[in-house]
Amino acid sequence: MATEAAQDAAAGAAAHGAAGQSSGMPQLDFSTWGNQIFWLLVTLVVIYFVLSRVVMPRIASVLAERNGTITNDLAAAEELKQKALEAEKAYNEALATARAEAAKIVAQARADIQKDLDKATAKADAEIAAKTAESEKKIAEIRAGAMESVTEVAKDTAKELVAVLGGKADAKSVTAAVNALLKG
Amino acid sequence: MEGDIAEMGKFIGAGLATMGLGGAGIGVGHIAGNFLAGALRNPSAAPGQMANLFVGIAFAEALGIFSFLIALLLMFAV
Amino acid sequence: MNVAAEGESTGFNIHPMDQFVVKPLFGGDTIEWYTITNVTMWMGIAVLAIIALMVLGTSRRAIIPSRTQSIAELIYGFIYKMVEDVAGHDGVKYFPYVLTLFLFILFSNLLGLLPKSFTTTSHVAVTVTLALMVFLGVTLLGLYKQGIGFLGMFWVTSAPLAIRPILAVIEVISYFVRPVSHSIRLAGNLMAGHAVIKVIAGFASMAVVSPVVVGAVTAIYGLELLVAVVQAYVFTILTCVYLRDAVGGAHH
Repeated sequence: MATEAAQDAAAGAAAHGAAGQSSGMPQLDFSTWGNQIFWLLVTLVVIYFVLSRVVMPRIASVLAERNGTITNDLAAAEELKQKALEAEKAYNEALATARAEAAKIVAQARADIQKDLDKATAKADAEIAAKTAESEKKIAEIRAGAMESVTEVAKDTAKELVAVLGGKADAKSVTAAVNALLKG
Repeated sequence: MEGDIAEMGKFIGAGLATMGLGGAGIGVGHIAGNFLAGALRNPSAAPGQMANLFVGIAFAEALGIFSFLIALLLMFAV
Repeated sequence: MNVAAEGESTGFNIHPMDQFVVKPLFGGDTIEWYTITNVTMWMGIAVLAIIALMVLGTSRRAIIPSRTQSIAELIYGFIYKMVEDVAGHDGVKYFPYVLTLFLFILFSNLLGLLPKSFTTTSHVAVTVTLALMVFLGVTLLGLYKQGIGFLGMFWVTSAPLAIRPILAVIEVISYFVRPVSHSIRLAGNLMAGHAVIKVIAGFASMAVVSPVVVGAVTAIYGLELLVAVVQAYVFTILTCVYLRDAVGGAHH
């Protein structure tokens, strides 16, 4: 009960607000309005001038400067990237050149070796051909010699045979017959 | 005794005027709830509508503040 | 208006409206328009705080901002974007004034939350002046910029002809209610919040409920912090909305 009474009293006090003031709501005390409005206008004018003369140009310039810096930095970064790309390109070019050079040298070396080889082969071929020709000549000589010997032996044998058989054979006809046989 | 009745009327009137706050509460809740429903459907569009949300809440709330003002006027200025 | 001196006898001593009393700072009873009062002092403190943040905070003009400079730039960018988005490109010219309003209201609200302080924006005189300046400024600007065409916003051409006069009456009424709601919203929110804190804090003289009171005051203080910022934002964005009507930004 006591608390209820206390709360009732509190509500009453809250409702009545500033006890002892001339007005319950200071907001509706019109005698102070002029004062408040005057100082409000002074305050607003001061803030307005501080903002428009000092703060806003400053912040605007800082923001513009920052934008400029960012743009410049981005441009620089772009440039560096371009440079890096160029360097890479140059490197690749150098690499390609070196590779081409190496290929050329290899080809040259291969060609040289081939030439030497060809020369050596040709020489060897020529030697072999010469030797073959010589050998063939010798073989031909030997064959000719052998043929002659065969003709001789055949003539002699034929003369002997004819003589043994009792005939007399002149040398001319025996030779002719042997030759005819050898040819046939 | 007459003064007491006038006093009582003031208090009753002020109490009745506070009911207007309920209406403002319904209005603000309606706006915020619908905003949330819309924002959940299309979250990407929500940040752009923040200003409209606050303006709407301010308009709805102003009416509640009027009833509060009437309560204060009854209590202190009448 | 008679205020009975009751409540003193019960142990409760709650005067939620005392904090709003305007009193001369250097003695004296009468308040003339030039008297230096607590209003003057707290508005001066608000100005000093704004200068500390916006002028001293940005004095280094650093490309990589310090903490205070970031806050100053954040506020600047936030309000600039708001004016540009809501009022349109033609409204950017009035950006300094909008920023002035925002900073003054924000700092007054926040300084008012300091214990023992005086909240200048909880006074109807202050908010009515602010709202009337916006209202008259916007109306005159609209008439100057669009001439008689400014009155066309009361004649809703998209509605059927029959109900247009009724709509026009409603539009005119709602137009003239604008400064009322604009000002009462700000003052009412702050006044209510501060009065509630005072009333609840007054219950702390009862030992049983005092722990609850501490918690409640803390919670409401947090809410008031939010209200202080949101009301500054709302006042500013409504100024931008009204400005849009005047500069014709609605047609773009």
